[in-house]
Amino acid sequence: MTTTPAAPPAARPKRRQGDRIFAGLSRGAGLFILVALAGVFVFLAIEGIPGLTQPSSFYAPQASTFIGYVTPLLFGTILAAVIAVIIAAPLSFGIALVISHYAPRSIAVPAAYVVDLLAAVPSVVFGLWGINVLARKVAPGYEWLYEHLGFIPFFAGPPSTTGRTILTAGIVLAIMILPIITAISREIFAQTPRLHQEAALALGATRWEMVRLTVFPYAKSGMVSAVMLGLGRALGETMAVAMVLSAGGGITFNLISSSNPASIASNIANNYKEGTPGKVAVLIATGLVLFLVTFLVNFAARWLVGRSERRMAR
Amino acid sequence: MSTTTQAPRGSAPTRVQSLQRPRLPRWAPLLVALGAVAGAALLGLLLGWGLLSTGFVALLLFVVLMPVWSLVVENRRAAVDRLMTSLVWSAFLIALVPLLSLIWTVVSKGAPQINATFLTFSQFRTDLSQPVGIYHALIGTLLITLGATVIAVPIGIFTAIYIVEYGQKGRLARSITFLVDVMTGIPSIVAGLFAFALWILLFGPSARAGLGGSIALAILMIPIVVRSTEEMLRLVPDDLREASYALGVPKWRTIAKVVLPTALGGIVTGVTLAIARVVGETAPLLLIAGLTTRTNFNLFDGRMTTLPVLIFTQNANPGIPPPSGGEPPGIGIAWGGAFVLIVIVMLLNLVARVVGKYFAPKTGH
Amino acid sequence: MAKSIDVSDLDIYYGDFLAVESVNMTIPARSVTALIGPSGCGKSTFLRSLNRMHEAIPGARVDGKIIVDGQSLYDPGVDPVEVRRMVGMVFQRPNPFPTMSIYENVLAGLRLNNKKLKKSAADQVVEKSLKGANLWNEVKDRLGKPGMGLSGGQQQRLCIARAIAVEPQVLLMDEPCSALDPISTSAIEDLIHELKSEYTIVIVTHNMQQAARVSEDTAFFNIAGTGKPGKLIEMNPTKKIFSVPDEPATEAYISGRFG
Repeated sequence: MTTTPAAPPAARPKRRQGDRIFAGLSRGAGLFILVALAGVFVFLAIEGIPGLTQPSSFYAPQASTFIGYVTPLLFGTILAAVIAVIIAAPLSFGIALVISHYAPRSIAVPAAYVVDLLAAVPSVVFGLWGINVLARKVAPGYEWLYEHLGFIPFFAGPPSTTGRTILTAGIVLAIMILPIITAISREIFAQTPRLHQEAALALGATRWEMVRLTVFPYAKSGMVSAVMLGLGRALGETMAVAMVLSAGGGITFNLISSSNPASIASNIANNYKEGTPGKVAVLIATGLVLFLVTFLVNFAARWLVGRSERRMAR
Repeated sequence: MSTTTQAPRGSAPTRVQSLQRPRLPRWAPLLVALGAVAGAALLGLLLGWGLLSTGFVALLLFVVLMPVWSLVVENRRAAVDRLMTSLVWSAFLIALVPLLSLIWTVVSKGAPQINATFLTFSQFRTDLSQPVGIYHALIGTLLITLGATVIAVPIGIFTAIYIVEYGQKGRLARSITFLVDVMTGIPSIVAGLFAFALWILLFGPSARAGLGGSIALAILMIPIVVRSTEEMLRLVPDDLREASYALGVPKWRTIAKVVLPTALGGIVTGVTLAIARVVGETAPLLLIAGLTTRTNFNLFDGRMTTLPVLIFTQNANPGIPPPSGGEPPGIGIAWGGAFVLIVIVMLLNLVARVVGKYFAPKTGH
Repeated sequence: MAKSIDVSDLDIYYGDFLAVESVNMTIPARSVTALIGPSGCGKSTFLRSLNRMHEAIPGARVDGKIIVDGQSLYDPGVDPVEVRRMVGMVFQRPNPFPTMSIYENVLAGLRLNNKKLKKSAADQVVEKSLKGANLWNEVKDRLGKPGMGLSGGQQQRLCIARAIAVEPQVLLMDEPCSALDPISTSAIEDLIHELKSEYTIVIVTHNMQQAARVSEDTAFFNIAGTGKPGKLIEMNPTKKIFSVPDEPATEAYISGRFG
């Protein structure tokens, strides 16, 4: 607190004391965030790095090294998240368009509220619903996919009778990230300059052509980053996957059987109780990997947003 | 996309100057919708489909029939427009299905569980005939969330003050903004692992405490609080600050007496939403706060059950179904807990909205 | 190919609010008609009703008739999309599509209807339209560059080129020079002079000198007070309006005693 480089304006010397304390407090809070984040890294590293080189029995039964252990989990994480994004992105853009361009105000406002409501539901409730309602409902659907589309590798089966597959987990994740993607893209859609939209209409564009000609080009990078943020959320989501997915072990694109690997997060949640220090270290190390991946995805998303903002400013 | 041969049609120089185009009547979509529903219902009755598949087929019929009719009567562009309109609305309807299903299940399965016993008894019992409830989890959720709020709110608000009022786009302020972004993206389980690792290092491998849960939740809360507070502070017009400086009021008093009160409504809203966000967090608490059947009032020592963790574990280990048939007892407790949790979250959201509305004029101008 | 416009008993509403009341006028073909009047008198609203652009605002509707070339614009069988192809529009502020090149901007309207435009035909349309908008010589070497890179006046002429590329009958201009400097303004006014041999032009302007310079006929709109509907007070040849108007209100407005 001895350094006050940015001298506050209009401060009289005898009042300096209060100013200094207040400035110090707020700078301290800011620095605390720095320290906290560094702390997250340091503690995870201290506890996790030993997990990289445990005796091979700790990585059993699927593997004998850390890489072999984490690879299927990483695959499961990414697969579930990608399924979620593939389902959620088109739906979200549709909903966002309804709210921003298609629905009259009397429907758009409550619709936006309903989507926000979806965002407020805790993930554990989604998980509970996913396993007890959704999984049972979709199980016959998997049966059908297997019988009729079994030649596609995704539906090679044999179908899970409980419905607790990576596809179900992906659907639950999709519902969970829908509100984020919708909220961001609806905001950007609504910001499309009126002038451009009117120009398109005046040229004789239909409503869809107007959207294609003016709204999408304007919102493109924002839509991409919305999807990336949704992806980041889906990657890190724990409970829905932990509760819904009945994990097998192997890397496979077979979406409707129960032979898919767990995600990193759900694997931690389901196995931390085994509790031997070595195993915990391995789990923490996988957590570090997850942190790294989500960080990269989020960073890419922010970078895209920043880039589009810079371009718009020019 | 289109590969139809339309060289003669619509090319500008030879355009027919009639404005009249064959158009579908205004009630056409309604008619198609009725037809699609009727067709799907008929098929559904014949083949014995459920309500959901019938609805889905009806939607599919509509999305196909509407553009086809339009293509026959109107033209390609109108058909594409109608197709996209149907698709966009379908997306909206499809998204409503899980939401309605979720709310319906939670209410229909959870609400009947709720009674005085359920809310005031813990799961600790010395005799099998004693009743069980979720009191211990309610207390745990309350205390741990309270702890997280106490840690996160001052840090979050002061950080936002630093970024907006003191940082002046300096290096430190910019790197803090960046780090807050990074924090926003921390998966909740990683926050939990951090608290877990911290506790292992400090107190040994089997130590658990509610406070660890508070710390993990605070890590998740801080960025939300910083973000919303920052936004609110930026909404406070500079004129107000300058007016205050011009009166000779020092900077810290200006912030405390002018800026913060002006932004108060928005800040309270942001904090409430942040609480609503973390109150349903499960993963970190599963790791660090653990599970117990007793009611624990001590945040600093011992395991502490929270509502989300209770829901998770009751669902995973529901116990033995009663001999009379039906679901195992744990499932009922899980739904009851889910109902209570949703009510809490919705109440918090409602409070945030009301506060936001009530204070809105203050930040408005 | 230009057509005259007959407006009879036109009322324009926003929801329950009557914005413009009982307009009757005939806009002659191949000439420039200026709409003048104080702010909020409904002249822009009226202009936008001529190609059904006001429908872009939720709740807007119209009673009465607008007939172009014997066809009523508001008949139930009429497609607003077709109306807008026949009646083009240029806006207050230049609005080229930011993600498109100059070339693509000119073709934007045409591509909607005819996606498989041959390269040679497209080149022809672009050159003709840009020449028509007096912009060809300035941009012919950078057709692939974004339209946003042009100056304000050039952008506005690009928008005019974009509007005439679809070969409309009528061109509506909503204060096309209000965001431009005097030199660009004079370039646009010259262009309007040339365009009127082929198009029926209706222009809204706040600038009375501009109305006097470019138009053959002038219509004066006025409003009795806030919340009251706008009305057409007088429509006459421009020379007459600016020298011996029929209505005292018109004279008051033009001589600057009002508004």
